[in-house]
Amino acid sequence: MRTVLTILIAACALLPRPAAAQTTPALTLNYTEFKLPNGMTVILHEDHSTPMVSVNVWHNVGSARERPGRTGFAHLFEHLMFMGSGHVKTGLFDELLEGVGGTDNASTGNDTTNYWINVPSNALELALYLESDRLGYLLDSMTPQIVDAQRDVVKNERRQRYENVPYGMAQVTLGEMLYPEGHPYHWPVIGYMPDLTAASYDDVVAFFKKYYSPANSSLAIAGDIDPAVARKLVEKWFSDVKPGAAAEPITIPGVSLTGVQKRTITDRVQLPRLYLAWLTPAFLTPGDSALDVLANVLAGGRNSRLYRRLVYDQQIAQQVSARQQSQNLGSQFVIEVTPRPGHTPEEIKAIIDEEITKLQQADPSDHEVQRAVNQFEASYYDRLEQVGGFGGKADQLNGYFIRTGDPDYFAEDVARYTSLAPSDIRAVALNFLPLDRRVELTVVPEGSR
Amino acid sequence: MKRTHLFAAFAIAATVALGAQTQAPDRSKPPAIGPAPQVKLPAIQKTKLSNGVPVWIVEMHKVPVVQVNLLVLSGSSDEPAGKYGIASLAASMLQDGAATRSALDIADAVDFLGADLSTTAGIDSTGIRLHATVAKLADALPIMADVALRPTFPQAELDRVRQQRLTSIAQARDSAETVAQLAFARVLFGQQHRFGTATLGTSDTIKSFTVADLRAYYQSVYRPEKSVLLVVGDVTASKVLPLLEAQFGKWTAPQTTPAPHVTLPAPPARTARGVYIVDKPGAAQSQIRIGMVGVPRSTPDYFPIQVMNTVLGGSFQSRLNMNLREKHGYTYGASSQFDMRVAAGPFVATAGVQTDKTADALKEFFNELAGIHQPVAADELTRAKNYITLRFPERFEATADISAQLESLIVYQLPDDYFSKYVANVQAVTAGDVKRTADAYVTPDKMAVVIVGDQKVIEPGIRALDLGPITTMTTDEIFGKP
Repeated sequence: MRTVLTILIAACALLPRPAAAQTTPALTLNYTEFKLPNGMTVILHEDHSTPMVSVNVWHNVGSARERPGRTGFAHLFEHLMFMGSGHVKTGLFDELLEGVGGTDNASTGNDTTNYWINVPSNALELALYLESDRLGYLLDSMTPQIVDAQRDVVKNERRQRYENVPYGMAQVTLGEMLYPEGHPYHWPVIGYMPDLTAASYDDVVAFFKKYYSPANSSLAIAGDIDPAVARKLVEKWFSDVKPGAAAEPITIPGVSLTGVQKRTITDRVQLPRLYLAWLTPAFLTPGDSALDVLANVLAGGRNSRLYRRLVYDQQIAQQVSARQQSQNLGSQFVIEVTPRPGHTPEEIKAIIDEEITKLQQADPSDHEVQRAVNQFEASYYDRLEQVGGFGGKADQLNGYFIRTGDPDYFAEDVARYTSLAPSDIRAVALNFLPLDRRVELTVVPEGSR
Repeated sequence: MKRTHLFAAFAIAATVALGAQTQAPDRSKPPAIGPAPQVKLPAIQKTKLSNGVPVWIVEMHKVPVVQVNLLVLSGSSDEPAGKYGIASLAASMLQDGAATRSALDIADAVDFLGADLSTTAGIDSTGIRLHATVAKLADALPIMADVALRPTFPQAELDRVRQQRLTSIAQARDSAETVAQLAFARVLFGQQHRFGTATLGTSDTIKSFTVADLRAYYQSVYRPEKSVLLVVGDVTASKVLPLLEAQFGKWTAPQTTPAPHVTLPAPPARTARGVYIVDKPGAAQSQIRIGMVGVPRSTPDYFPIQVMNTVLGGSFQSRLNMNLREKHGYTYGASSQFDMRVAAGPFVATAGVQTDKTADALKEFFNELAGIHQPVAADELTRAKNYITLRFPERFEATADISAQLESLIVYQLPDDYFSKYVANVQAVTAGDVKRTADAYVTPDKMAVVIVGDQKVIEPGIRALDLGPITTMTTDEIFGKP
């Protein structure tokens, strides 16, 4: 596979701007996929270059499934998944793993929750034992005391990662401003303190039964495995995990902004910061990748339009960034800028608007677009270097499967970028970044309001 | 027929039940696992360019990417007094003009190749590091070589970067974690020792640097005799060596005197425990740093210390994390580490704890810092050693992982058999070694305790613990006047 890949890239290097089909090298991963009788999808990928294996599970549930008054619950629940299960005493999950050189972690988003365990390849069966036991028997050992203990930890996670971090509450506020009350993206994944306090043992039981069923999950194993052996072990350890229903898709009415929504919050910071945000197309839907490229044209690297003008040439801003934050129900495009001392958010906003307007009126240059596309394209190779952890191959196979049904969606994903033309970038700037329908959040230093 | 039929039905049922039974896993105990896999160590091909610059190559034919690092064996440790921050500034400014390329040209060319070029000074070394797809390597190397060998340090760029850095230093006061880290460094090492001041330098030094300073610094530090090239990735030595020779082989040392390696002064001696509070009114958490000056990377106790620290605060299952996070819920995570450099760096135990539990958390920190002097249980020792040794293969997975491992061999002058003996060296650590190194390097009654938090709320509880004299520090003392 590698040889073919290299040849294709070399061929591409000779062409100044080849057609889409030619710019996309055959980026692909070999895998086998099967379904267990209980409804769980399993994806296996063999890579013997390092004697380690990653066991990765995605559950099709995130904070968007939470009910009012219980925000932050999907993430609190994620913590409970490490606290033992029917046959694994509290504390033993990590103790067993560390004893064989294993590491683990998980993350919760708006849409999904993903877990991984990295182990040396001889300990694959132990990882499957632990993973299957918590999916099959979590509630057998769950107690209100365990919930209380992790509730305190999660509250401290909120303090450490949001409340006690400069500008940490801006992301929370942006969600509240962009999405109306009741929309599943209105509240933050980390949740609100009173809701974390209110979360109960009964909530854990209900949430587990509703969302942590095999049909609502997929398992990817990547690394130093013999797929036939790995399959037998998976069948052995997940055979007694009871089936359940897959979660119904979330149906919500589309949202849009009708005008400019402004808010100012204070923080203990030296400099103000301005956030401009828009509602944009969902992950993998038309416009999503063009918005990624637009973000790069605006603020990716020194030659991007905003960086160059605000930070490099005029030196009136300390930093500027732009990003398309892609999610399943809809995305958000956020520009963030920190004015230098002596300059105001208003002054900088006028320049940002000028640059957005230019991109709405004329296509960016071929060079700007190609520069961005080349960076996206190269990043796909870097993503193949690791089998485990967040963003490793197991995680990506699962992520693609959950979102598209196709674990090996690499080539299609890259093609979303390589097929773009400058006019596509202008089109998304025009369609999705209207200056008169957006959120404007300003963080100002305490005492300066 | 009936009977036969019945019998057959029974037989089928039995088979199903038996099948289910043989498949239903025995969960009463964890599955036994086989022997750990052999570590596959990278084969390092060592050679030299015609100018004597050593080249280390690791071929890794997995993904068509390559990492090329030019490692310069000098970092912020070698900065003379009054020039704190020049290593970091010079490294960063390599990309702000080189040969005939402008700062914008360099960034555009690198970005267009989809490559990544970083130039950063560490404490003991400086790296010019290129990551690119193999197809773009030949295009990217000349840019890397210009940046590394022919930087121009334009005045206008210095003026720009200076303002950028002064603003960064001002903003550093916003982050409780940054303030805690720098306050802790200042308390342990003082103003006279390089480790007591941020790598970036101070507002005063940043204001003072001139283009002439940068050029002189560059000439004295960036020299072929202080440099090593590392290549890791999907290339062969025979193909990549001519490229390296063409770009770096003609590099010669300038006629100027090379910078001497600075021997750092001894840090101020600590004779008693002391508490240092930096006020952050309204803070939701207190950022705690507890520790003392640790050991240099060359310590003969390297392996016992790794094991001892893994037990204390080096993994999720470590005592500090299990106590402060899992048992008490005071924090999102507690840990400890020995930051080993060419000279002795700090030993530090760390956590961010909720404000109203600050004193309770300090008490538990000191319980664990005392407890590590008791004999470690056999199973805990085994788990710690396994945790270190069995994760060893992960360090050789990605190109950047391997190049980082090679860098550490070079910077800390580790022996050629360092990797191959690593596992055995860790496994040889005994409970006695753990106690001995805890006694030698973890002495709680001489530690500095730095807390960044809401002083009004936390001070009475801290005072009641009677840990030692309490000093209030200001951010100006830590960062210098803005």
